[in-house]
Amino acid sequence: MSKFIKLRKGFDINLVGKAEKKIADFEQPETFALKPSSFHGIQRPKVLVKEGDTVKAGTPILIDGKNDRIQHAAPVSGEIVEVKRGEKRKLLEIVILADKEIEYVEFPKHSISDINNLSREDCQQTLLQSGVWPNIIQRPYGIIANPDDEPKSIFISTFDTHPLAPDFDLILKDQDKYFEAGIEILNKFSEHVHINVNADAEVSPVFTKAKNAQLNKFSGPHPSGNVGVQIHHIDPINKGDVVWTVNPIGVTQIGKLFLEGKYDASRVVAVTGSEVKTPQYYKTFTGANIKKFVQDNLKSDHVRYIGGNVLTGEKIASDGYLGFFDNQLTIVPEGDYHELFGWIMPSFKKLSFHRAIGLLSFLNSGNKEYVVDTNTHGEDRAFVQSGTFERVTPMDILPTHLIKAILAEDFDEMEGLGIYEVIEEDLALCEFIDVSKHDIQAILREGLDLMQYS
Amino acid sequence: MKFLRDFFDKQKPHFEKGGKYEKFYYIFEAHETLLFTPKSTTKSRGVQIRDAVDMKRMMITVIVAMIPCLLFGMYNVGHQHFIALGQEAAFIDKFWIGLLKVVPILVVSYATGLGVEFTFATIRRHPVNEGFLVTGMLIPLVLPPTIPLWQVALATIFAVILGKEAFGGTGMNILNVALTARAFLYFAYPSQISGEVWTYIGDGTAVSGYSGATPLALGADAVANGTNMMESMSSFGQDWAADIFSFSNLFFGFMPGSIGETSALMCLVGALILIFTGVGSWKVIVSVFAGAFGAGLLMNAIGANSFMDLPAHYHLVIGGMAFGAVFMATDPVTAAQTEMGKWIYGFMIGILTVIIRVLNPAYPEGIMLAILFMNVFAPLIDFYIVQANKKRRLQRAAV
Repeated sequence: MSKFIKLRKGFDINLVGKAEKKIADFEQPETFALKPSSFHGIQRPKVLVKEGDTVKAGTPILIDGKNDRIQHAAPVSGEIVEVKRGEKRKLLEIVILADKEIEYVEFPKHSISDINNLSREDCQQTLLQSGVWPNIIQRPYGIIANPDDEPKSIFISTFDTHPLAPDFDLILKDQDKYFEAGIEILNKFSEHVHINVNADAEVSPVFTKAKNAQLNKFSGPHPSGNVGVQIHHIDPINKGDVVWTVNPIGVTQIGKLFLEGKYDASRVVAVTGSEVKTPQYYKTFTGANIKKFVQDNLKSDHVRYIGGNVLTGEKIASDGYLGFFDNQLTIVPEGDYHELFGWIMPSFKKLSFHRAIGLLSFLNSGNKEYVVDTNTHGEDRAFVQSGTFERVTPMDILPTHLIKAILAEDFDEMEGLGIYEVIEEDLALCEFIDVSKHDIQAILREGLDLMQYS
Repeated sequence: MKFLRDFFDKQKPHFEKGGKYEKFYYIFEAHETLLFTPKSTTKSRGVQIRDAVDMKRMMITVIVAMIPCLLFGMYNVGHQHFIALGQEAAFIDKFWIGLLKVVPILVVSYATGLGVEFTFATIRRHPVNEGFLVTGMLIPLVLPPTIPLWQVALATIFAVILGKEAFGGTGMNILNVALTARAFLYFAYPSQISGEVWTYIGDGTAVSGYSGATPLALGADAVANGTNMMESMSSFGQDWAADIFSFSNLFFGFMPGSIGETSALMCLVGALILIFTGVGSWKVIVSVFAGAFGAGLLMNAIGANSFMDLPAHYHLVIGGMAFGAVFMATDPVTAAQTEMGKWIYGFMIGILTVIIRVLNPAYPEGIMLAILFMNVFAPLIDFYIVQANKKRRLQRAAV
């Protein structure tokens, strides 16, 4: 029984620098990295390789000491050149110098009809060993799924409404059979698999072909593409429930693992943002070094490199690496400048959700694209304004009260107000529009950690 | 403007940690950020870009919305002054008299309030909040033009310390700060803020038969002495200011009263600004008016005395009703914070205002007490709205 859900609340951030819909030829980056920071809830990261070791794509290189069945594998074959640690020996990156020809660890191959006969245990085993498992994320908490759980449903959002988000239709072109196989596999873990598509665009056949899954349509501004919002409207998470989410790239990786017998970490990445000369797509592997994407491709040099999008991404160095889930590199200007009377000057150019005196961007047409830098446009303040977070959160959730409950470390209240239903990305817009400039996402993660570990 | 920037950059080290004026950092910061927005950038995790709005811009929007009330108030102070003296005067003369009376009150309110803010920011080491920019303007607008300046100062200090800083500063206060100031004066110095204090007469002598009563006072009189309120309104000031309490005069605001509150029209202009910019909640404004109108109709239905018989729409334009609904009830910190709660909160303010006015004429200005009362109850309203949200979540689990 598929559903159509129209959302009205939300806000589309329309930025300059959308990627042109073509995959450019380029020289592959030399190094790739696995960053534990891509995941939440790795409690005791244990590196399985030393500098100088050679690995194949699919060789386990990192495990969580707390749950050693979940293995993180090398995305490419090559030599481990650096295990980078930060303060207190915190593991930051495992860097691999890639081979020209990628060699793969071999896993059993199946035909599409064979997959039907595989047992859940077999699938689980292969997924865990191959390093593909971390694609499966568990709600609540947004952590890597626990293999022993029986999720009540599995959700896949096939569109991304974040600013400058890549187009999954392009990224997943000709991956139909892998996607289909991936859904088959996921079906073994839960009979309720939901594929949510964008009602406002033409739906790629990749998603409609999959059998044994419920196809739901969502319409509306960002965050309608967020899987958390979709879960809330289709099969909400209550206390004690476990729901899994996988992004479409993860689904194809799962499919490929079983059809081709390898962990294929190749992915298409969109290089976007107002400071990029030619924003377009590149085909590379998970965890790519970004140097090759930005070489001779920037309009200015005082910029911020963001792995992911501007709402939920992470600042990375100019020679940093993309994260495990990143399909996007965004480059925007740094905003470390003073502005004379910046708080009162009228402007059409400053993007704002609000319409306070002088913020005239609402008069522009909806198609206008903005250049937005990283300036905070104001200082931290106490909560004053009310009712705005609710306008960008298309869920029956009271974000202000939830955030206050977290700050007060009130467990009952957090649970009652629905902390299990959200992760950072679902409240990222609140953080963007916040007049008082709170770090909503960081606060929410503190709350999730409190709920999870205490 | 480069020299200004250089000046700040040069002074900054003195105020930063280890500098000789380290204690006064937040005072320095308040001045610096008034001129220049800070160059801070977003953190490495979380949102990488931020909305262009900030608290200063939100607050300045409220101030802009109050300017029509302020300007009209200045004019009206002069206007009432010359009516009381029985003289004709040019527009500019009226405005000038008003300016001379209002500006000192405004200056005293801002100076003492900001003084307290800066002191607390220094002692408690927190940034100076923009909230007082609004409060500092609200306080003069709800006071009569004849108020002694020392009372303005005292009330401002009282309100900022006990109404706000005692609770932890802007964002934490339970009561509307400006109304706390007014309530303080009302109970501490009733003779300067009730009775016939609303018109500035100065050294001149009032015309014969002059009375400084307000419509609300006539209403109280109607209840106490059984006079007919509508009749006394229409016959009021026949000899020296005919029709002063006609409905159109009440709506446009050519009547005695607190500096900023007399003109319902100017309040509506302010309301439009607040609603259009989204800074003030339209739900609160609309529901206050709706509540008052509804309660007015209810009083009509009871009709025990002539104040009760006052047509309901009069309630919306007399006293501080419109001003309170637009600028006081909408204070986001002290109002209800849930959307459903805002309807209830506003509606209750409207109803209570009319009830206090009509049934308890000892306090003619009902809206002040009604808002303060509902400020106290706003958290309770929110509590039930939040409970309902939690309950929906639990029921969903049970199904």
